[in-house]
Amino acid sequence: MVHLFLANGGPGGTNLDPLYDEALFWILAVLAVSAALAMILVRHAVHSALMLAVVMLCLAIMYAMQGAPFLAFVQVIVYTGAVLMLFLFVVMLIGTNSSESLVETIRGQRLWAALAAIGLAVLLIVGIGHAAIGAPAPETSANSTDNLTGLARLIFTTYVFPFEVTSALLITAALGAMVLAHRERTTRKPTQREVLRAKIDSGQVQPEPPPGVYALHNAVDMPAMLPDGTLSDRSVSHAVVGRDVQLGRDPQGVVTVDLSTGERIDTERELEAGDRGTEESGA
Amino acid sequence: MSPASYVFLAVILFVIGAVGVLVRRNAILIFLSVELMLNSCNLAFVSFSRLRGNLDGQVVAFFVMVVAAAEVVVGLAILMAIYRARRSASVDDANLLKN
Repeated sequence: MVHLFLANGGPGGTNLDPLYDEALFWILAVLAVSAALAMILVRHAVHSALMLAVVMLCLAIMYAMQGAPFLAFVQVIVYTGAVLMLFLFVVMLIGTNSSESLVETIRGQRLWAALAAIGLAVLLIVGIGHAAIGAPAPETSANSTDNLTGLARLIFTTYVFPFEVTSALLITAALGAMVLAHRERTTRKPTQREVLRAKIDSGQVQPEPPPGVYALHNAVDMPAMLPDGTLSDRSVSHAVVGRDVQLGRDPQGVVTVDLSTGERIDTERELEAGDRGTEESGA
Repeated sequence: MSPASYVFLAVILFVIGAVGVLVRRNAILIFLSVELMLNSCNLAFVSFSRLRGNLDGQVVAFFVMVVAAAEVVVGLAILMAIYRARRSASVDDANLLKN
């Protein structure tokens, strides 16, 4: 299938059958527009980034359909592969649960944004509609050779100076990212002796207890049971507790209530059944 | 398909990206919307390249990709710096210059 797009023979840079061409365009256009709409409408940044990946892959196929196989592959490798992965890294660093509030901070902002968007769309579409864009140009000397050869010739002859300037731009960007992401150490680095002394002074020399994964329940959000039968809050990661609060679950509460009465096993089964129920309803 | 259809699709994607920039408050999502706008411009460049029958449009699209990569690197680094200082990625919280 791919060689159909990539062969660069016919007029307009593609030898796709016109019917396939049209069908593929409409499928990809609907997919790209709906993914773009989803991208600006979903709440979580991760979902947004994945939706943008869908749009970018659709555009890559469109580049290939229009006789630009080099750009199609650069789109997949550089944009979808590198840039979006960088986005996902930053989303993960900043925290996936920092989803924004949907409250308007500027009154009437969405209304005015919608009006401005409609205005921009009408302006551009009317302008382009008047521009009388005709059929694609017939095969010329520029695109008759292999796409890659022609592009290389252009980049290294006509556009060689901009091409060299982009290298300076990329080095500047890399340096800028290093400067901005670098955290200056404001205090002296503590020595090994000082770390040890602070640990002993804090009253807890041993590491934090691990969560009670196998002790009570098969989950890392279950706190460990200490030898005296109490539960240790320190055994559960704060991030896991935060997620439980988000999902409205309270595993600690369930277990503490039931520990003394000996009904722990039963409630645990109920809890697991409830979990399974929510998973099924979620799926 | 005629190049005009691709250009109209590029316009629609550009407008969607512009709405994203205007409406969303999370700086990462604003960045993603800017990327969408850059991508739609690339689609228009490739379409014009096919329309004109020469490869200059594709070269410009290639340069747009390079500049976008550099922009993303610096932008995300700034975002990280702001997040480290303000513990928030919302553009409303970066208000040190206010008042």
